[in-house]
Parts: sequence; structure tokens; C-alpha cells
Amino acid sequence: MRSGSVGFVTPQSMRFEEPLELASGARIVDYELCYETYGSLNAERDNAVLICHALNASHHVAGRYADHPEQIGWWDNMVGPGRPVDTRRFFVIGVNNLGSCFGSTGPMSTNPATGRPYGASFPVVTVEDWVDAQARLADRLGIRRFAAVMGGSLGAMQALSWTIRYPERIGHCVAIAITPRLSAQNIAFNDVARAAIRSDPDFHGGDYYAKGVVPKSGLRVARMIGHITYLSDDAMAEKFGRSLRTPDYAFGFGAEFEVESYLRYQGDKFSEYFDANTYLLITRALDYFDPAREYGGDLVQALAPALAGFLLVSFTTDWRFAPARTREIVEALVVNGREVVYAAIEAPHGHDAFLLDDGRYHRLVAAYFENIAQELGC
Amino acid sequence: MLMTADTRDLSNSSPAAPVARAPTLRDDLRQIADWIADGAHVLDLGCGDGSLMAYLRESRAARVYGVEIADDSILQCVRRGLSVIQADLESGLRMFPDRMFDTVVLSQTLQAMHETEAVLREMARVGRQGIVSFPNFGHWRHLASLIGGRMPVSPQMPYQWYDTPNVHLCTPKDFEILAGRLGLMITGRALLANGEPVNVLPGLRSKLAVYRFEPK
Repeated sequence: MRSGSVGFVTPQSMRFEEPLELASGARIVDYELCYETYGSLNAERDNAVLICHALNASHHVAGRYADHPEQIGWWDNMVGPGRPVDTRRFFVIGVNNLGSCFGSTGPMSTNPATGRPYGASFPVVTVEDWVDAQARLADRLGIRRFAAVMGGSLGAMQALSWTIRYPERIGHCVAIAITPRLSAQNIAFNDVARAAIRSDPDFHGGDYYAKGVVPKSGLRVARMIGHITYLSDDAMAEKFGRSLRTPDYAFGFGAEFEVESYLRYQGDKFSEYFDANTYLLITRALDYFDPAREYGGDLVQALAPALAGFLLVSFTTDWRFAPARTREIVEALVVNGREVVYAAIEAPHGHDAFLLDDGRYHRLVAAYFENIAQELGC
Repeated sequence: MLMTADTRDLSNSSPAAPVARAPTLRDDLRQIADWIADGAHVLDLGCGDGSLMAYLRESRAARVYGVEIADDSILQCVRRGLSVIQADLESGLRMFPDRMFDTVVLSQTLQAMHETEAVLREMARVGRQGIVSFPNFGHWRHLASLIGGRMPVSPQMPYQWYDTPNVHLCTPKDFEILAGRLGLMITGRALLANGEPVNVLPGLRSKLAVYRFEPK
């Protein structure tokens, strides 16, 4: 059967008036979550799949918008009729997390207490806070239990967190390119990115909205740094090598190498649509994620409450969240006697491979979801 | 070194074996399954397409994990709804704590291991018991082939000398000597030809050897 796109989609929004208590001790009193759904919820209400997004993505997981047909969902190759997460069988939900800048309540939103944008005062949110907010969305949509929660990278951390916080509400956890906690090197890269943003004169301590400026140059550098960590050394060598855009060295500091031009372009594009405060918040959520922390680093104990079945996938050239990091989770799950599939996909693309259309990877995800569908008879 | 009582115990299949055996299950896999207790926690190293795991799950209600390196095999295991970990055997074993499993199985893979001793030691570390099976290099047809001047090629060793993955072929006696040297206590032995135990001249007439062992 031919696989296809879910077609045109429309984002929706849900307002929550009951305050959300955050890990930091702060609370958000009133917030909105933007989300999209694909496929339909069955009568048993048990075929829902939640897709969690990573750093720079949103609720727009699949399909396109009628008024902006160029805006294709970030995991469109994964979700759709006949695709690995088949929307003819599953009711798929993409949700934009709190603190993001694509419609859910975040630093750009108006703080009801002051009537001004939150800006720097938006509370630091964690993966666990996001998961709690997602659970409320599920409540309102009448979904008691997800057939699966799935994500890549930071999205995978949310899926893992679901298994710990709401073990009864998740059948399967599909976690791609995950680590149980950031390494010192990972945090260091995040801090350099944040330093770039915070030292931009247009940042104004995070309250730049009222001034009508955007700390674009900081965001741009942050994105350039991030982007390097998403690619593998080999992928960059193959894509750019030492190719020059100029006939010869120009003995200056312009974008002479192809790789410079590429990164600058990526940085420019990103700084046009992404919010600097959101970048700070989301990288912080990454830094803080460490479910084993309250158990003295013991991941086995941290994952002990989990009841879900697990599919974990890593990519051999991902040096950001390397396969060995995923294996730590696999080991803890086996010790806990959980059902687990772990695949280490030989892929040249580095961390970004989770978004790409690799046959072995997609066949595996498809087979895993096929089993879930059979379990549920959906 | 062998305890005859055990051998006898093994060559009779258990009288209470009520489960209809999957007809496609490889002969050594049947023997292996007979040595695995109901509800056991099992690690199957080099689990291939998951036949043994599926069988153990259904007939023994075992909690089974496979370790496998090949993409296609991983996919087949997923299609059967099995737990499987993609890794080479050595790193696949290193990730587990001591005595994590009731039984660790290495089926028809021992002869292709480079670090034979290390793998056996690791099996004894992570499992309360280990089970290995391997083709008997001492089968008379192999000897006949050598006498005729050619390296043996047989259904259980279907490779030419230049493309074989089998780097450490051995006979049952060879294995027993190594097990002794590694401090492994052999608790069961089955020497099989066409799925049946061979009692007369098993060293020459058996095609497959299956051993069960425990750390001393």
C-alpha cells in the first residue's frame, strides 16, 4: 500500500485554568497548549499516540497547512496513512510544550498578573512539567491511556518520563536518540549557546519584546553551535569537506568555506522564527533531565515504576547522545524485567538521523507499531 | 568430568514434556528448551530470528531477551513481539550485572567467537547456568572428508574454508577440557544426530553437541 501524508491539518488550542505546579516550586496559573491531531480516536479510546517534540519543533508533527503549504510537519515521514505510525489505525497527537514559541503559553505570552509578556519571568520548566501538562491535555481529550508515547532526542526524554510519572497511562514508550542525562559536554554546548544569546545587546535580560528588538545574532550563534552537534564529523566532511565558495582564500573572515555558509544560513533562518527565551528554557530542560538523580544516579531504581514496553533506537554516528548512553537505559530496563527492543542503526548522519527517512529505522518502528495495533485490535 | 546421572537425565526427554513442539524448531533448540525452567529469565546470545525465544516464551512462559547484531534478525524478532537488543555478543554481555539471568544460551555460535574463553566466562558471570551448542567437528563425515583431502562441508557447517565464520571449531571432548580449565561445571550433555541422542560412539556419530554448565 502507498504511504502518504495526512494532508492539510489545523492546529487547535486548549485552555487550562487550574494552576500547574512546576518542579521549580513555581506555578503557572493559566495556560494554553497548542496541539494537532491526525486520524481518529476509536470507540475504546485506546488507540492514541502522543508525539513529543524536541528542541526547535512544535505540535506540527505531520501534514501541512492550507494557508502555508510549505510548512510540512517535522516528522511527516514517520506519521501518516501507511507510514510507520499509521494514522489509519492510530489517533496521533502532537503538542507544543509550555515555554515554547509556537502557540502554547511561553515567554512571549502575556502574564495575566502583569498584563505584559512574561519574558525573563517565565518560570523554568522541566521535562516532567511538560509531561504533567500533556497528561492534562490527555484528560481533557478523554484519553486515559496512550497506546504509545513517542519522541526523538528531548522528545524521547518526555516519552521516558511518561513511563515513570504515569506508568498506568502509557502502553509503549518509543524513544529515539535518547540519553538518560546530559553529559558535561552536552551541558557545555548548551551553555555556550545560551551565553551567545545572553550576551547579545538586544537580549535586554530577556525582556526584549517591549523594546521591539530580537536578539538575532545571539540566536544565530546558538543555532550554529547546536547544529554542529546534530551532525556527525563524517556527514559534515562528506557534505562540505573543505570546499570553498570563493575561487581561492580571500584572506578575510567572510563565509569562504561551504560549511561556514551553511551554518550561517541555518543560523539566519532559525533566528527569524525562534524565540531566544524559549531557547534558554528548552536547553535548560535538557540540562536538568536526569530521572536517576533522586536515586543517587541509579537508573534501575528510577525506572522501576515503568510498566510500558519499550522501543529504543540509537544511531551509530550520534556523538551528541551516543548509543552507549541509550544502552544504559536498555540495561536498566532489562534489570527491571521490562520488555524492550533496542536497535543501533548504522547511519552516517549523527543525531539528526532520527528525523531522516532511513529504511531500516522506519521498518523497525512500523513493525513495532504493527504489534501495538494488533494488541489493541485497532 | 561428566556425571553419568546427568547424561541419562538429559537423553530422556522429560516425561512431563506435554508441549507440542514447533516442528520447525532446530534440533539443538529443542534440547536447549528442555533445560530451561518454566518462567525462567533467559538471555539468548545471537538469537537470530527469535525462534528459540518465541518457543520459550510460549512453552515455558520464560522472560527472554535476545542479543543480536544483524538488522534483519532484529526486525524479525520485533515482528514476533520479542525483546531483543542489538549489540555484538561481547558488548551485549558486558552491559549486564552478575547473575542477572537464570540461563544464558549461546546456540550454534560458539565456533564463530573470536574470544571463546571470554564469552564462556561472561556467560557464567551473567547467568546461573549457561547452555551452548556447536557442530561436532569430529563427526565421521568430516574426518572422511579430511582423509579425502578436503575441508569438511556439511549441513551443520555449510561453509567453504575461505568463507567460513567458524574460526574455533571443536569436538565435544575439546569443549569439556576447556570448560574444566575455565572452572565450569558441566551439568548436562546431549550429543545429537538428526535431533536424536546418539549413545553409541557419540564422538564420531553426533553432529551437534549441546552442553549445560554452571560456574563452580
